[in-house]
Amino acid sequence: MKRVKHMKTRSLWMSAVVALVWPFSVLAEGYPDRPVLVTVAYSPGGATDFQARIVTMMAAQESYLGQPLVIVNKPGAGGQVGWNWFAQKAKDDGYQLAAYNIPHFIAQSIVFKTKYSIDNLEPIANWGADPAVLIVNKDSQFNTANELLDFAKQNPGKVTISGAGQFTGHHVAMLQLAKAAGVTFKYIPTKGGVKALQRVLGGDVTAGFNNLSDSYRSRDKLKILAIADLERDKEFLPDVPTFKEIGVDVDNSSVNFRGIMAPKGTPPEVINKLAMKIPPMFQDKKVIKKMQAGGSPMRVMSRDDVIAMWKERQAYLTDLLKDLKKK
Amino acid sequence: MEFLDYLPQVFTWTNLSILVLGTVGGLILGATPGLSPTMAVALLIPFTFQMAPAPALILLGAVYTATVAGGAVSAILVSIPGAPANIATLLDGFPLAKQGRATEALHYCFISSFIGGAIGVFVLIFFTPVLADVALQFGPSELFWVAVLGVTVIGSLGTTSVLKGLFAGAFGLWISTVGYNPVVGEERFVFSEHLTGGINIIAALIGLFAIPQVLTMLEDSGRSGSVEMFKMEEHKLLASFRANLARVKALIIGTISGVIVGIIPGAGGQIAGLIAYDQTKKFSRSKERFGTGEPEGVIAAESANNAMVGPSLVPLLTLSVPGSPTAAVLLGGLLINGLFPGPDLFTVHAEVTWTFINSLLVAQVFMLVFGLTISRYSRFVTRIPNHVMASAVTVLAVFGTYSVQNSMSDVFVMMTLGTAMYFASKFGFSPAPVVLGVILGPIAETNFLEGKLIAESGDGLMPYFFTGTINVVLVAFCFLSIAYSIFSEVRKIKKQREDTA
Repeated sequence: MKRVKHMKTRSLWMSAVVALVWPFSVLAEGYPDRPVLVTVAYSPGGATDFQARIVTMMAAQESYLGQPLVIVNKPGAGGQVGWNWFAQKAKDDGYQLAAYNIPHFIAQSIVFKTKYSIDNLEPIANWGADPAVLIVNKDSQFNTANELLDFAKQNPGKVTISGAGQFTGHHVAMLQLAKAAGVTFKYIPTKGGVKALQRVLGGDVTAGFNNLSDSYRSRDKLKILAIADLERDKEFLPDVPTFKEIGVDVDNSSVNFRGIMAPKGTPPEVINKLAMKIPPMFQDKKVIKKMQAGGSPMRVMSRDDVIAMWKERQAYLTDLLKDLKKK
Repeated sequence: MEFLDYLPQVFTWTNLSILVLGTVGGLILGATPGLSPTMAVALLIPFTFQMAPAPALILLGAVYTATVAGGAVSAILVSIPGAPANIATLLDGFPLAKQGRATEALHYCFISSFIGGAIGVFVLIFFTPVLADVALQFGPSELFWVAVLGVTVIGSLGTTSVLKGLFAGAFGLWISTVGYNPVVGEERFVFSEHLTGGINIIAALIGLFAIPQVLTMLEDSGRSGSVEMFKMEEHKLLASFRANLARVKALIIGTISGVIVGIIPGAGGQIAGLIAYDQTKKFSRSKERFGTGEPEGVIAAESANNAMVGPSLVPLLTLSVPGSPTAAVLLGGLLINGLFPGPDLFTVHAEVTWTFINSLLVAQVFMLVFGLTISRYSRFVTRIPNHVMASAVTVLAVFGTYSVQNSMSDVFVMMTLGTAMYFASKFGFSPAPVVLGVILGPIAETNFLEGKLIAESGDGLMPYFFTGTINVVLVAFCFLSIAYSIFSEVRKIKKQREDTA
């Protein structure tokens, strides 16, 4: 017993000395020595949850984190419950991370009194980007986006557009399109993207904004008119033009980015280590294969790129949503 | 008969052991309050990452089938539905158990689940091309009327008084509006931070059913110190089979309701059992026996919620539009294996797809066999002393509620609703209408709001909600259902007056 105690004291002393001499790297060296929790603010089985589970599946490998990333679902109020909890209650010791959805959570933090904003969250890395596409039913009278816009100009208030909920990428794309073309649409928010797609397939709405991946899967029952991104999607939809190409000023602000973030106050060495180790983990061959099989478009981005992207979106969305603000 | 070509594929050692594992595990998960079929399937998907497509889907399918049936076990034995789909099972299942007929009730439950489930899978096999487009006919207006049809059932559920049933239902509808609404994008009635996420259906379900049950158990055990909750008679399996098959009407009504509700996307299996229960009651000559331990009630409810499983996959496999919340999660399981819903599924991936569908059929058999085995041991549950049972149920209730969304707020909501329900039950209110209100409220409301938005930019509100064949048929059903309830209530009162006079 005595010896154990002695050893314990000695190791304590040693670590204290080391900590004094080389305080920061020690923290990062030992990190992580237990599983790390990743909060997903949506239900199990949804697109974000599904992708988060795939991209984190290799974390336990020595070359990445050496410890598993464990997904914990805290759904509710379109993500607000989980993100509020994360910004307020999550420990900033590096063992609690969360998945983010852009532009969704930034838009929410602008419109609602949320406990989170880009100021109290630290991005780690981005894994995916799903652009919104403008879709109509196969039997629709419209064959191009411009035909739809012309119709909307002549029939104000008659065009309905479905999308996944309020202040999501789909909603942002709709607002942008309405503003750029100088028309008004009636937005039909549904609970989740699958429901929004169903409204288009069933002919309940004139058109819809939906995820590229989901629309691509139902392409034989749809007409995909345009893509709200800066470039065409060469892999899945090489023939679908961007809005810019057809002369409508809609950029990539509605692209749904997904990635991992930490609460503010997490030690910088831990953040740096995660920012270094996680992007290669997203690019693991097995991860890429599973993501491709699921039809989930990937876009791995480093921490610095994500910081810039968050700031850009914050500025743009504050302007776009200023009339909808509820604070 | 293409499915027969692929039937042998199911009978490999790997697939069979996965089926056994999935069925037994599913029955246990299903019987645990809080672990609904949707959650069970969602949590299993990551485990299938390392498996080949066919075994992975077989596992998910077997778990889906077994959890739906397993939820009836706790409904019958301890009066807590394992999932929302089992509420209707409880209404007559628990009274049966109280009379010492728990084994018999469980027999009915698994036999009817098997019959309903197998027919459901056959519908999936033979009618998928015919039924595929039916799902798309159900837009916001149609779904709104489906929910209203559900609401008309509320008054007659499990209470002695229609008025009290309606009050309880209205309370349920009201609390379902708490929280963030996805269509209007606003928060409502959020006077406490714990209510931001709204009233979770599972939390409400567990609280309303389990907590009053626990408090009643403690009340009784203090008074008499009774060791036995209720006695249990042995029941011959063969007699159960005979009795079950004799009740053809309940089986037919249950199975048909389940199949129809399964195909309608968004209605969810949760109301399949309730609609079947209500219809069976209306068509029965001995209505007054329902709610007091009528086997037909259990048979209708269980055949319906299992008949829902197969058809809920019809719109999923053809259009990637899920017919139930669990089917929505299953979509993830398909995608990760590279199986995209659509025509390809039955041509390019025919082997995996048909093996999966066939395994659903075989899973029904396993579910029957293991379910009946479990029924034999259920008497041990009923021998547990009340105070032990009460603490076990409390632990399960808290654990089950927390695990749904990893949220302590849900546990507070569960406890509050449960305690309130305990006092309300002293005045003759019952929990089933409240839960039904919580389930139907959001379906009716979001679809009405969506429909209203669409109607305003089109032909206007009245034409949108009252034209179209399906709308008209559903509205007619709603009127019939209400008229019938009033009619039978008036007749009941008249009869009572005659009796007393």
